[in-house]
Amino acid sequence: MLYAILCYHDEDFVGSWSKDQDEAVMKKLAVVQDKLTQQGRLGPVARLLPTTAAATLRKEDPPLVLDGPYAETKEQLLGFYIVDCNNLDEALDVARDLGAANPGGAYEVRPVGVFRPGGISA
Amino acid sequence: MSEADTSWIETALTSARPQAVGALLRYFRDLDTAEEAFQNACLRALKNWPQNGPPRDPAAWLIMVGRNVAIDEVRRTRKQQPLPEDDQAISDLDDAEGALAERLDGSHYRDDILRLMFICCHPQLPATQQIALALRIVSGLTVKQIARAFLVSDAAMEQRITRAKAKVAEAGTPFETPGPVERSERLAGVAAMIYLIFNEGYSASGDTAEIRKPLCEEAIRLARLLLRLFQSEPEIMGLTALILLQHARSAARFAKDGSLILLDDQDRALWNRNMIAEGLALIDKAMRHRRSGPYQIQAAIAALHARAATPEETDWTQIDLLYGALEVVQPSPVVTLNRAVAVSKVRGPQAALDLIEPLAPKLANYFHFYGVRGAFLMQLGRNDEARIAFDRAIALANTSAEAAHIRMHIDRLIRDSQPKGANGGTRQGAKAK
Repeated sequence: MLYAILCYHDEDFVGSWSKDQDEAVMKKLAVVQDKLTQQGRLGPVARLLPTTAAATLRKEDPPLVLDGPYAETKEQLLGFYIVDCNNLDEALDVARDLGAANPGGAYEVRPVGVFRPGGISA
Repeated sequence: MSEADTSWIETALTSARPQAVGALLRYFRDLDTAEEAFQNACLRALKNWPQNGPPRDPAAWLIMVGRNVAIDEVRRTRKQQPLPEDDQAISDLDDAEGALAERLDGSHYRDDILRLMFICCHPQLPATQQIALALRIVSGLTVKQIARAFLVSDAAMEQRITRAKAKVAEAGTPFETPGPVERSERLAGVAAMIYLIFNEGYSASGDTAEIRKPLCEEAIRLARLLLRLFQSEPEIMGLTALILLQHARSAARFAKDGSLILLDDQDRALWNRNMIAEGLALIDKAMRHRRSGPYQIQAAIAALHARAATPEETDWTQIDLLYGALEVVQPSPVVTLNRAVAVSKVRGPQAALDLIEPLAPKLANYFHFYGVRGAFLMQLGRNDEARIAFDRAIALANTSAEAAHIRMHIDRLIRDSQPKGANGGTRQGAKAK
């Protein structure tokens, strides 16, 4: 089963990290990611640009384009992982490892329905 | 969350600061009281958070605690007074208490933060005081940190901030919720101030660039914050895009010896791709609004440079047009001077020279004017006149890096003392930075 691990955190907080702090967190996360990669369980990973760069299309008729993220909340969706796990417990274990590397905020763990890996590279 | 590592608290306090101080300012209507209340709340956070973990909403926590500590203080001093004549102040506070909780979730905090930023850019404050005040009040940098960035003594900076605060207090703070017109005026003022902060860091010379870099980073943080509060303002998108795109080049702007490297000569592999991506995304979004403005136009120009993989691929025709548009909304001889660089690439040095000659009286004391003029003359093979312009530029240079850069041109002139034709091969990036 594929699980999406959606990373939520306070964008103001993450945006207040110094460059060094940011790099330190990314380095710790890379350790967890490398382990998953070696096990062949890690799918696409994305870190999203700040929500200020986002636009939202409301599917009204005609569709309406709004500036900013879909919802204004205290914590924002900042990125996601796709991981291959046998069950929710395993997926939560992965989330725990990631959380130990990058404390604060929350991970929403959600089973993936349709998955198309696609063909683009960064 | 490891126990030893408490740097997350610092980060949480920094990120919550504008909202918390802004709300406390609305509440107490006095900047010093608000700052003190916030300080007290921070002290309690440092005691409380390591044991209990971070609160769900650090800003709300700090506002509540800061407010309560300050109210206790008021009550205590009142008890020491012989007879409280009226309880007006306290009952006002009690009324506000109920309203506060709901306001925290409402949209008030936008105007709180905007107000906090806005009082720092009072028109009577000179630019350097505006910047220092904003860094102290909004960003929460220490006087020491600010003094370091400005390369002055702590005492001098302390004095500058105290003076600025006195002027702000004298001017009075606008507490009423702003109407749409006022709000957009405030936004424009705050945007200008953020750009000042950025430029204070960006215009540093090579030997101080590293020390002053935090100013650029702080400006970016404030711009993103402002944009998050006012998500549909194309000029705020433009401002944020502009400073991201400029800052993206920072690793490539100075040689090891501190000398300035021109855009054309920069190693583009050193440009920060993430910042460029964010800047391009923002300018992209801004343009959809079809409400152009100076920040958007400048960001669009920076975007064209960022998109060019090599200097030769730069779309100078488009840049010329954009500077033309900028001349319309923000006429200034400096804009025309920048446009001339684009004109020289598109239509040659003679056309560029013709464009800047009328600017001479206005820019008689402007370093870049003579640097650019000299470069055009050099391209035309008019080396004697170029030499005179370069000498003048050196006399007007603000930093040793600027002077060193012009001296490089002069050396080249001496080396190629044989005049070249109008299309002499010197590729000259006259545009600095």
